[in-house]
Amino acid sequence: MSRIWIWIFAMTIPALAAAQEARPLAENPQAEARLKALAVELRCLVCQNQTLADSNAPLAEDLRREVREMIAKNMSDREIIDFLVERYGDFVLYRPPLRAATTLLWIGPFLLLIVGGTALILALRRRQKTLPDAIVSEADHERVEQLLSDGAKRP
Amino acid sequence: MKRFLLPLAIFVVMVGFLAVGLTLNPREVPSPLVGKAAPDFSLPQLHESDKVFSPKEMAGQVWLLNFWASWCNGCKEEHPVLMQLAKSGAAPIYGVDYKDTREEALAWLQQWGNPYRLVAVDGAGRIGINYGVYGVPETYVIDKAGKIRYKQIGPVDQDVLDQKILPLVRELQSQ
Repeated sequence: MSRIWIWIFAMTIPALAAAQEARPLAENPQAEARLKALAVELRCLVCQNQTLADSNAPLAEDLRREVREMIAKNMSDREIIDFLVERYGDFVLYRPPLRAATTLLWIGPFLLLIVGGTALILALRRRQKTLPDAIVSEADHERVEQLLSDGAKRP
Repeated sequence: MKRFLLPLAIFVVMVGFLAVGLTLNPREVPSPLVGKAAPDFSLPQLHESDKVFSPKEMAGQVWLLNFWASWCNGCKEEHPVLMQLAKSGAAPIYGVDYKDTREEALAWLQQWGNPYRLVAVDGAGRIGINYGVYGVPETYVIDKAGKIRYKQIGPVDQDVLDQKILPLVRELQSQ
């Protein structure tokens, strides 16, 4: 009997571990929202396919801390982004700016679209030319008519 | 035969792009700091914690600034090269102990040898951010005027030392 009581007691122990909600990262939810908005635009340099918001790399944590401090200093988004670009280059931006070196990146897809579209139009035109005009004899024509009308009669 | 020429040409161009792509290291992000003044700082020294080190003290010299840590594997890898460079005396190497503990850093240098003229301590990694460090080891060549002239991302190996760093150091020293 006492064993059952021990079991029941043991099962109530987890209830003592009060669930705590995750603490907000900064006291100021507005600042945290700004950090979040900025961090999804910035690339983590350690795990390069993650944003600063997603990454758990120590460097990403440091950079988030740095951005948080700059937000606390009331710097504008532009200033914060410039601060990071000065140190890490355009690579930190998920949206690279339009520069001489990035022109191909920006217009490349459109160029490919134009090239592909032109090639398609040319190929279609050429094929149209090579298709012989079908000559349908009177007998064939009648047969087609008959077959079609037969089909239409069916329920 | 002729109708295969165009696809073949496209294929060759694509292979060319991919071949070049394979030789690039995506982890090497070109630093915008090359050609700019080395960011100033004032950090406590590793061996004598009551003293500080600032890059300003190095004006008029060509020197190497190496970010390292006792927890970093690449630093172990480049360590013999740095030791050899220090021995040759071609250029002074200054270290920044990046996000490390003092005890472990000192023990590491004790165990493997110390190639540094002096080591400064960047415990929180803030100076690292100013230098655009994103993974130790990283090494900067700084000229007499305090400008960054070269950045090595990742371990300095013998090839990089012989073909890039040493010729650059010699050229900068003669200026």
